[in-house]
Amino acid sequence: MIDQNYILLLYVVAIVMFILSLRFMSEVKSARWGGRSAALGMAIAVAATLLAYQSNNIGLLIAAILVGFVVGTPIALRVPTTALPQRTAMSQAFGSLAVALVGAAEYYDYQPHVNPFTMAVLSAEMILGFLTFMGSCIAFAKLQELIPGKPFVYPGKNFISLGILGVAGVIGAYLVAVPSASYALPIMAALALVFGFLLVMGIGGADMPTVIAILNSYTGMSAAALGFVLDNKILIVAGSLDGSSGFVLALIMSQAMNRSFTNVLFGGVGAKVVKGAPGAAKGPARPVQSFTVEDVATILGNASSVVIVPGYGMAVAQAQHVVKEATDIMQEHGIDVKYGIHPVAGRMPGHMNVLLAEANVPYEQLWEMEKINPIFPETDVVIVVGANDVTNPAARTNPNSPLYGMPIMNVDKAKTVIFIKRSMSPGFSGADNELFYLPNTWMVFGDAKKVLSDLVGALKKG
Amino acid sequence: MILELAVNATTTTTTASGAAGVPQDVVVNLLIFLMATFLGTELIRHVSRLLHTPLMALTNAISSVSMVAALIVMSETTNSTLLILATVGVALACTNIVSGFILVERIVRLFKPKAKAKPAESQAK
Repeated sequence: MIDQNYILLLYVVAIVMFILSLRFMSEVKSARWGGRSAALGMAIAVAATLLAYQSNNIGLLIAAILVGFVVGTPIALRVPTTALPQRTAMSQAFGSLAVALVGAAEYYDYQPHVNPFTMAVLSAEMILGFLTFMGSCIAFAKLQELIPGKPFVYPGKNFISLGILGVAGVIGAYLVAVPSASYALPIMAALALVFGFLLVMGIGGADMPTVIAILNSYTGMSAAALGFVLDNKILIVAGSLDGSSGFVLALIMSQAMNRSFTNVLFGGVGAKVVKGAPGAAKGPARPVQSFTVEDVATILGNASSVVIVPGYGMAVAQAQHVVKEATDIMQEHGIDVKYGIHPVAGRMPGHMNVLLAEANVPYEQLWEMEKINPIFPETDVVIVVGANDVTNPAARTNPNSPLYGMPIMNVDKAKTVIFIKRSMSPGFSGADNELFYLPNTWMVFGDAKKVLSDLVGALKKG
Repeated sequence: MILELAVNATTTTTTASGAAGVPQDVVVNLLIFLMATFLGTELIRHVSRLLHTPLMALTNAISSVSMVAALIVMSETTNSTLLILATVGVALACTNIVSGFILVERIVRLFKPKAKAKPAESQAK
């Protein structure tokens, strides 16, 4: 066996690579080195471990690693960018299950005598691991639309699910007191699974960016906890990097939806506040102005600046490529085109940016909400594609709206707003969009992809 | 001084209870955990919003360094149940690592600056 200190030294090198990789992600220009340096760090960490602990089970070990490559490679190469949220959920499920299983293995290895600190961390680690596993599976199923994306709400929902978590915690504490009670472990694991199931079932599709980020944070924290159990420094560092990353992202997402800090930590407890009651805002039908694609082509003919505001609907309609096509033609006509991206647009943090980058939109054209909002008053035409709640001016003006207080894209301040939409149905919040009834809003009804390709045709003619 | 005492105290309890066989430098580990969390928070705050999606793929892959833990269990255990648990752990974590890093590379390559993204524009004008 090689001296442990050399192994630790190699772990330190790997940790430095991980930290550098996050640093590289601060800019698009250096981002490529982000993935590469972390991959190198990972290779060093795994190699060091294999050197330190020469395994008697080489055959099994090679088989397991081969499975990783055979399964992992096609997933990464084939997943379409629209399905990235699902793949992220799946990878979190894998990661947290791996951590939970190793935690369970450690427990069975140590018992019947486990010191209280180790057992406490192990309990917390397994509860977190199993609940994240099940939560991520449900998030995957919702994103993949295997089950309805609507939140599953019933009376006393939070009371029941927190009660289940509480019982799991009590069993965890019991295991600390009586570590030999190995029969209690599966019960604790099962309760954590049920809690994870109920937690994410109660959360709706539009809240997925926050949920994914929170689950990401949980995955990292359970990995860090496992590091404490094994006294393994690299696991502690990598786990806490992941944990804090998920946490910061969840915070950014929640701030962008005007949700509280506790609301973030407890993942959607009280999500009903934002859901509101669908139809509550429905009054008598108000008139909207409906326009045709030709009208839009005409107004664009006189415009010099355009901002496109995409939302999840663009991803659903797979309209990102035709959006880019329309952009190209507008630019040929000398129109300045920018994209305004709301932080929670899409189903995971940064989702819209990836979709548009894939459609060859240069990243300089993608503007964050804070930067684009001051520009709207000078913008001739805003085109909203597949976004809804994030453009609702009621968030600024109507204290009774479920959206009130949420930072939105102030598209209503532009000279003209073109809103492409299939029907008058409200957004995910259930709130009617005040924007539809404003005098400067032009509704264009139809499938986003169809409308935009018609627009491309009309602009080519004009 | 206090730190030293605390470390000694925890090590003693570990040996006294005779469990685990893993030395528990709890305080040192806690310090590492807190430092890494602070550092991580600062680093992530400065990550470009454009890159939040590949960032999640990246941190997922990084936290799958838990593969190391599974590898250690695999090599140390003689119990077949534990061996199975750890082997599944290695396979899952390795899948995450491989797919995570390939995906980061794939997504990051999608982001192109103006000059490269539209060579056609200059001809059109």
